[in-house]
Parts: sequence; C-alpha cells; structure tokens
Amino acid sequence: MSGFFRRLAGIPWRSIAGDAFSRALLVAQAYCAVHVVDQHLCSLAFVRGPSMLPAINLAGDVLAVDRVSARLGRVENGDVVLMISPEDPRKVVAKRVLGMEGDSVTYLVDPGNSDASKTVVVPQGHVWVQGDNIYASKDSRQFGAVPYGLITGKIFCRVSSVISFASLSF
Amino acid sequence: MGTYNLLWSIAKRNVTTVLLGITISDRCVNIISVTGESMHPTFTAADRVLQGDFVLAERRCLEKYEFSHGDVILFKCPSNHKELFVKRLIALPGEWVQLPGSPKVTKIPEGHCWVEGDNAARSLDSRSFGPIPLGLVQGRVTHIIWPPSKIGQVERKMPEGRISQI
Repeated sequence: MSGFFRRLAGIPWRSIAGDAFSRALLVAQAYCAVHVVDQHLCSLAFVRGPSMLPAINLAGDVLAVDRVSARLGRVENGDVVLMISPEDPRKVVAKRVLGMEGDSVTYLVDPGNSDASKTVVVPQGHVWVQGDNIYASKDSRQFGAVPYGLITGKIFCRVSSVISFASLSF
Repeated sequence: MGTYNLLWSIAKRNVTTVLLGITISDRCVNIISVTGESMHPTFTAADRVLQGDFVLAERRCLEKYEFSHGDVILFKCPSNHKELFVKRLIALPGEWVQLPGSPKVTKIPEGHCWVEGDNAARSLDSRSFGPIPLGLVQGRVTHIIWPPSKIGQVERKMPEGRISQI
C-alpha cells in the first residue's frame, strides 16, 4: 500500500501540469487567431442556390469573403455581398447590391408574368439587394431595402467550383 | 541582442492578449458604456463618455437568436451601421403591436422585432423607424457593472397591454 503512494508521489505532477497548461494555451491562442481572421479579415463561404445564377452555381461554390471592406463601409453598387437574411437571422445569404442610400432603383415587380415596374428611393443607411437570377430570388423586391448593418462581408473571389468536378466524369 | 528578444517577447504577448480580448468580446461578453437618456431610469447617462453607466452585454444569445419579452438588447442603428443603440425588446416576430396614441396595430414581420426605450419621451426607437431585423442585434444587456451603487442584474420589464399574439 505504501509502495503505491510512494510511486504516486514520484510522478512529476508539477511538470505534467505545466506542460498541459502550455499546450492548452497554445490551442486557445490558435483558436483565437483563427476566429479573429475569419470574422474580421477574410473568410471562406460555401454558397448554393439558384438566386445568383449564373454568377454562383446552383450546386454550390466556395467563395472568398472580405470582411474589412464591409465594416469600413466600402461596399458599392455591383458588389456581391454576404448578409444576414432579414427574414431569418440564422440564415446568411449572398446577393448583389444594386442601390446605395439615396439611389433611385427601378425594378420589375413580377418578371415572369408582367412588365410592370416600380421605382423606389433607398432610405438612409440602407441598401437595395437583388439576386442575379430575378426569376428565382427572394430579395429587396420582396422584403424592401435592408439596413447596411446586416452586411457581413463582400465577396471578391471564387475559390473553387463544385460543378467542375462533376463534368469531368462525363 | 538582448533588447531585440525582449521587444519580440513583449510584442508576442500583446498580440496574444489582443486576439484573446477580441475573441472574448465577440463570443462571450462585451462591456458597453451607455450614453443617451432613452433608457432612464434603468440606465443613467451623463455628459461625458466615461461618466455614464457601464453594462455587461452577453453575446451567447446570438447563436440561437432566442429572446424574451422585456430583454434589454444592443443593436446597430438601422439608419447608421456605425452607431449602437440600447433599448428594450417589446414584441417578437408574428405579434401585433399597437402604436401608443393611435388605433393602428402593426404586425411584426418574420425575423424582425419591436424595440422601445424605457424613457418614452426621449427615445428614438421602433415608434420612429419601425420594426428592426433581428440580424442587427449585437448582444443582450444582463448586468450593470458601474457605478457601484447600481451594480446588479437588469430586470425584464414589460409595459402592460401593448402587444397581442393573435
């Protein structure tokens, strides 16, 4: 019995604890670095759906997102942005900015069925977003201009295309 | 040689602290200084930035976006994304809100909420800019941490008879 306790006392607890602590600290530092780069500098996003055809594929594309420009207010007309959906805060959607605050935007109300169009002025602090594929996109034509604060990043580059892998096998 | 190593180790430690601070303020809690009188008497503001109340805002609620009536929330102003407002959440999506002093009732659309300040006379809130998207919310205020006489939890309070579920 006393032999067991003697062996227990012989184990270098302090240096093991020191090692474990410094390794845990390293993991925490790595996690913090990844989080800061992903949320504040540059990130990758997997986007899919029909609303941005032909720019973004139906099956999905990996896109590079720039977080700095959105935070500094450098988003302009024609940019594709990633934003929190005004209809569900847990969803993030990609759309193109077609009007900044003060711009007058003319859009087709129901492109599949009629030629009627409406003109609206974008309020202060808001942007008008539309999907490139106006026949299959839920955007500002349905939910109105969205506040700039919902924009989380500006898409600047396509990193890979899912559909290009599929076409090789044919 | 000795000076170079010392500067490098100080720089490394500061960068680690900054990264840790940014991660904690993005994921866990944030300390906000309240300015403006729209939440009087819950929060008292003062003339200069460092004299007002300091409050703790938790960010864990942003993972699920589940809020309750009467929560005090922090959100980006819909007409200026650089400003942060602190107001009380009055109505959640799908509920009907009656604007005070008028018979009109508004339905809160999906993904939006209705916010009002406690000090109705001096508050720029949903009565002026309408319901706000929940995506603008940046945190929920849970505690006051300064001045010492006001340290404590922020209570959930709801004004009577303003909302209805049907």
